Amino acid sequence: MSDLEASLTGGTASPDGEGVALTGLPHSNAMGMRLISTENGEAVLMLPYSAELIGDGATGVLGGGAITALLDTCCGTAVFSSKEPGVVSTATLDLRIDYMRPATPGKNVYAHAECYRMTRSVAFVRALAWTEARDKPVATASASFIINRKAEDGA
Amino acid sequence: MTETSAHSDLLDGLSSSIPYIRFLGLIFERRGDEITAMMPYKPDLIGNPFLPALHGGATGAFLEITGVMQLVSDTALQDMAAGGGALPDDYIPAMPKPIDITFDYLRSGKPIDTYARAIVQRRGRRIANVRIEAWQEERAKLIAAAHGNFLLSQKAP
Repeated sequence: MSDLEASLTGGTASPDGEGVALTGLPHSNAMGMRLISTENGEAVLMLPYSAELIGDGATGVLGGGAITALLDTCCGTAVFSSKEPGVVSTATLDLRIDYMRPATPGKNVYAHAECYRMTRSVAFVRALAWTEARDKPVATASASFIINRKAEDGA
Repeated sequence: MTETSAHSDLLDGLSSSIPYIRFLGLIFERRGDEITAMMPYKPDLIGNPFLPALHGGATGAFLEITGVMQLVSDTALQDMAAGGGALPDDYIPAMPKPIDITFDYLRSGKPIDTYARAIVQRRGRRIANVRIEAWQEERAKLIAAAHGNFLLSQKAP
């Protein structure tokens, strides 16, 4: 487990189910989000389908806000996973979400985010969420994050 | 039942019947045709435990749902007017669906209660464009704002 994964997950890999619980992020953890993988500037998360997160009782479709929270978390994790030195924290500046189709009821939602450009102060990220197939996205996201670096880096 | 209470009952019924609204613990108050939404603080809303700060996803979901509830309320008021001031007993409001939303995070959300209101900038036949603002202690100091397009459900002809 990487340092990043340890800080997000409290250092305990959960053997149950897919990925590890995000115990370092209380809201994400309460929603049941799991960290599947991180690479340099990329992250994959999964939101298990949960009756608690249904936004439309008639259809059982998850609330749009739950997808927003998943994509926001995934984008932030991608920023953190970049190998840039001295990044101590990050926060969302703006986030645009396009909702392409409802998340299929009963299916887990996956998200993949990629930090494609990082300056001293700002990171630019794009992300995709899907249920059954990546080429049938539930939503896409485009976001920018403010980067806080260690003081000795002169930030 | 008065017009006002039928309308308030509708909002109460909706907010208690939608699991995700209960999960976030949201409360809605109506003054005339304006909805004020509240997200009472609870530890489950935290994203950064070190500051601590609310999770941007929780704030974003709160803004989005506030926009949806304002649109549902507006629709109900229109339907009441069309129905001679009453809503049918089996009235089920159609939920507007977000098409796209842009969130601006302006200040870190403190671990305290958050409020939000929506302004419907244009409501067409199919699409509504909505701006939503969230604040905590001071109305003028927004912690986040959003604007987005929502697809309004088409009634069967």
